[in-house]
Amino acid sequence: MKLLRFMLVILLICNFNVLKAENKNLEIKINKNLRCLICQGQSVHDSDSEFANSLKILVKQKLDDGYEEEEIYNFLKNRYGEWILYEPKFSKNTYFLWLLPILMFVVGGAIILKLFILKKN
Amino acid sequence: MKVKFFPSFLFLILILIFLIFYKGLNKSNIYSPDNIIEKKIPSFSGKQFYNNLYITSEEIFDEEKFYLMNIWASWCVPCREEHSFLMKFKKLDGLEIIGLNYKDKNENAKTFLSELKDPYDLIIVDRDGTIAIEWGAYGVPETFLIYDKKIVKKVIGPLNDDLFFEIKDLIK
Repeated sequence: MKLLRFMLVILLICNFNVLKAENKNLEIKINKNLRCLICQGQSVHDSDSEFANSLKILVKQKLDDGYEEEEIYNFLKNRYGEWILYEPKFSKNTYFLWLLPILMFVVGGAIILKLFILKKN
Repeated sequence: MKVKFFPSFLFLILILIFLIFYKGLNKSNIYSPDNIIEKKIPSFSGKQFYNNLYITSEEIFDEEKFYLMNIWASWCVPCREEHSFLMKFKKLDGLEIIGLNYKDKNENAKTFLSELKDPYDLIIVDRDGTIAIEWGAYGVPETFLIYDKKIVKKVIGPLNDDLFFEIKDLIK
C-alpha cells in the first residue's frame, strides 16, 4: 500500500513536469514569433540582448498569469505595432502578402499544365 | 498567337515581381514607433527606489497634471548626457519627473545620482525590464510626457535643447 502511494506521488510529479514542459514549448513558440526590435533579423528566442531577455521574462510571466498566445500577441502589438510579429495577421494591408504564394502556385501550375500536358495532346 | 501569349505573360510577371521588390526593398526596415502617441498609459506596479515599497501606476499619476517619465540606467552613457536637461526640467513648475531605473544595480544607481544629483520626484525600480515593455519602450534612455493619463509625447534617445523647449511649450 505504501509502495502504491509512493508510486502515485511519483506519477503525479511526472505529470506536473509534462504540464510545465508544454508551457515551455508554447513559450518558445511565442518567442520565436517575436521580432527582436533592437537586433534586426533575429527573433526574441535567438537573441540575448537586454530587450529580448526582458521580453522573454514578460512572456513567461504572462503565460503564468494565464494569458493565451493570442492575448500576448495583442498585448505586444498594442505597444510595438504589427512589426513585432513575424507572422502578420490577415488584414487589408497584408492580404497581398498572404495570397501571393497561392497566386504564384496557381499561375505556375497553369503554365506547367499548358506547356507540358496540353501540348502532348 | 499562342506563341506570343506566354512570353508576354512571363514578362508581365517578371515586371510585377520587379516592382514588388523595388518597392519593398526601398522601404526602411528600421522599427519606428511613432504610432504609439496619444495612448493611455499602461497600468503597472513596481518597487520604489528609496524605500522598497510597492506602488501602482494609479497611485502615481493624477489626471490634471503633467508628468515626465524617464527611463534611465547608470550604465547607459546617453543618460549621463541628458541628465542636465532633466535637472532643467526639475526647475519647471507643474511637472513631476518620474524615473524608471532600468536593469540597474542599486549601488550603481545611487552613485550615479549622488554624482549628478537627483532630478526625480519618484523612482521606480525595473530590475528585469518588464515595466519598460509595458510602456512600449525598447531601450534607454526613453522619455514620455504624460497628461491626463495619456502619453502626449514620446522621446527615444537622449533629450536635447530642441526637445527641452518643445516640451516646455507643451506644458504651458
